[in-house]
Amino acid sequence: MPESLKFEKSFDVEGGSFQNAGNVSGQIKSILKDMGVSTDIVRRVAIVCYESEINIVSYAKKGRITLAVTDEAVKIETKDEGPGIPDIELAMKEGYSTATAAVREMGFGAGMGLANMKKYSDHLIITSEVGVGTCVQMTVMNFQKLLHPDLPPVTL
Amino acid sequence: MTLKDVKDILEAEVLVGRDQLEKSVKTAFAADLMSDVLAFAKPDSLLLTGLTNPQVVRTADILDITAIIMVRGKKPSEETIKLAEELKIPILSTRYILFETSGRLHARGITGCIEKVGGEL
Repeated sequence: MPESLKFEKSFDVEGGSFQNAGNVSGQIKSILKDMGVSTDIVRRVAIVCYESEINIVSYAKKGRITLAVTDEAVKIETKDEGPGIPDIELAMKEGYSTATAAVREMGFGAGMGLANMKKYSDHLIITSEVGVGTCVQMTVMNFQKLLHPDLPPVTL
Repeated sequence: MTLKDVKDILEAEVLVGRDQLEKSVKTAFAADLMSDVLAFAKPDSLLLTGLTNPQVVRTADILDITAIIMVRGKKPSEETIKLAEELKIPILSTRYILFETSGRLHARGITGCIEKVGGEL
């Protein structure tokens, strides 16, 4: 749906940088809020984005999160250079985790991340190659009206 | 009730957000697992937790949490305080344990964000 694309921006995420984990999700949340996207959608996008960001920080060397806003949906795509997920079905199971102690100390790593991403997005696609990395595409649909028609131009 | 009431009930110390004590709250969520907070907490609630790292503040920001209550006398790190100040999220610290903190607030009318989890999760 590129013809209805309202906004697109990519952000780099550094692996292992626990101190900054959530920084990008916070920025994306502010952007959507400023664009006038409805609170419920902002919240759902922020949650799935934050869980993805935590995953990149926790497991990958580095990654990139791309936000795309259209009239119909908000999309978050994450691509990382990480270990990959050998068994996606197993990884999706609530409670399954390969997290390190450092991740658990942050309050994550209990095997809830992918489950939360599925719960709060309308559409989730995970593709992964062991030793290369993982790509996650999440769509939060706007079933009512996503953008106010009289939006001021977005300033960043 | 207001955050000022919460502070009094919990004999809490206000570490961030002394200027926001007039904000009112009706609901709360208590957990040490941030993924559970993300799964179940609702906006405009209190977050009761024993964790003190910056991710608690991040999580609160993502969810539009009104204030963070750190239980068991926990004190946040410098980084956590800095981030909370930047994002304008109040942090209170109480010496009560999580169970007592929850019970004292519930007895005064604060209810859970949700009562129990549904079947369709």
